[in-house]
Amino acid sequence: MLTPPESPAAPRVALPPVSATAAVTTGAANPSPMLKVEALRKLYGGREVVKNLSFSVRRGECFGILGPNGAGKTTTLRCCLGLTYADGGTIELGGLAVPEAARVARYRVGVVPQFDNLDPDFTVTENLVMFARYFDIPGRVARARVPRLLEFAGLADRAQARIDQLSGGMKRRLTLARALINDPDVLFLDEPTTGLDPQARHLIWDGLKRLVAGGKTLILTTHFMDEAERLCNRLCVMDEGSIIALDTPRGLIEKLIEPVVVEVYGEGVAGWAERHARAVVDRLEVTGETAFCYMHDPEPLLALTRADPELKVLRRAANLEDVFIKLTGRDIRD
Amino acid sequence: MSRRFLYLVERNFLVWRKLLVPSLIANLADPLIYLLGLGFGLGALVGNVDGRPYSTFLAGGMLCYSTLNSASAEALYSAFSRLKVQRTWEGILHAPMTITDVVVGEWLWASAKATLSGSAILVVMYGFGFAHGAAPLAVVPVLFVVGLCFSGVALIMTTLAKGYDFFTYYFTLLVTPMGFLSGVFFPLHQLPRAVQGAAWVLPLAHAASLARGLTLGDPMPWPWLSLAVLLAYGVTGVWVAAWIARRRLTR
Repeated sequence: MLTPPESPAAPRVALPPVSATAAVTTGAANPSPMLKVEALRKLYGGREVVKNLSFSVRRGECFGILGPNGAGKTTTLRCCLGLTYADGGTIELGGLAVPEAARVARYRVGVVPQFDNLDPDFTVTENLVMFARYFDIPGRVARARVPRLLEFAGLADRAQARIDQLSGGMKRRLTLARALINDPDVLFLDEPTTGLDPQARHLIWDGLKRLVAGGKTLILTTHFMDEAERLCNRLCVMDEGSIIALDTPRGLIEKLIEPVVVEVYGEGVAGWAERHARAVVDRLEVTGETAFCYMHDPEPLLALTRADPELKVLRRAANLEDVFIKLTGRDIRD
Repeated sequence: MSRRFLYLVERNFLVWRKLLVPSLIANLADPLIYLLGLGFGLGALVGNVDGRPYSTFLAGGMLCYSTLNSASAEALYSAFSRLKVQRTWEGILHAPMTITDVVVGEWLWASAKATLSGSAILVVMYGFGFAHGAAPLAVVPVLFVVGLCFSGVALIMTTLAKGYDFFTYYFTLLVTPMGFLSGVFFPLHQLPRAVQGAAWVLPLAHAASLARGLTLGDPMPWPWLSLAVLLAYGVTGVWVAAWIARRRLTR
């Protein structure tokens, strides 16, 4: 069982309040999608950063948007929230047209932005209560919600702390708690765990899983494959403004990539791979001193590597990261 | 027009309340130092201005100048912190709030805070016996309009700014010269005739005229026009600022 790294004795967190409407709209009674994006286009200075994008997110699912830096993930989210205007296409969020009714749609939405924008002039509790006011929630109602949210975020003992007294992981959890203050139906999370250490990351994942179990719809961007694989019911891979794959994590791995990967390391591995491995694998990629060999049956290759004791070999099952690299390449994106 | 902008006023008020004592001391101490230093120091050399002691004359101008400074500081530096450095606006816009709500909220808040700073001078004026009776209290709502004027204009700079350095230009090239051209520190009729006419284009000349008229009983050439000029600057300012902010933030 994971506990908050900053306070090992923190109590196990309870689920935040789940509204009756959220429970109802999750089921088959309301099959309309939570988010429907059709033919979305967005230009920046004449450059098309989102190209003819279409996808929809079902109520109650966790939907991931994966992609390298600059793929258009954040822009897509901002369009969906009505924070920026598309140059083409239609968006429907919770049944409301965006951007026309975006403000009203945001009453039922929580947002965890990529960069924390907690209010540094307020304490932890004040941040939550003041944020509720922007949703027309009376202070009395908001204050009643705070203890459960802080417990959910593992911050029950930090209610009166100033923001600059919180660690990076605590700030992210407070941002998550803040996004829940209006008991939203859907949460938008833009790289929710970027910059966090593994402990803090697992704690966020834990919270997000419980939100999905409680009936919330989650839409998250990430470039962490294990994050997407653990959390998402379905995910799409975006690159250069387009969706290049969309399926369940397992579906993507099964359909798009060979099941077994053998990584071979060592000096001169590039030449060795070309001479020997190329013939016995389905696909071969060499970067630096590593050869990534993709195949269905690894035995012929493993036999070859045994003949050369200088080589280090790692055999593993293909994962989402392999899919991602196959789809988007190994080049650095900045 | 909705009243959602009041949530932003509420937010800024709650933060201000935390720093209430230092804020009020600054509100009172700053103008007091000016009045004592300039009014009594310089006043001893200057003698009477328009038939009254210089310190009394200066106090009437300082009412506006203090309001102007407070409105500008809040709408420039503080609002810019919330726009860029602290990303407070960004967070608020994730809620069901619009950019117009935020900009209008900042405008009204800065004006309210500026009214308080101006009113602090009025308290000092009563304390020194420069102002008498209830009539000068009529200047308080006018100070709010002076605040609307200068915070509206300042918000244009705020929404255009890339960094705090930008505001130095605003103060050096606009606010300070305007102070000397608007009859705050010395009467307008000291200026060459051509410049006097031009001074009435500046909102501060109208503000000073109204402030001296209401607190000291000086003649006000065009009180309603003066009020209209202040409002026109303020409303135009906030309208332009909201437009720039929308362009900047929805990019």
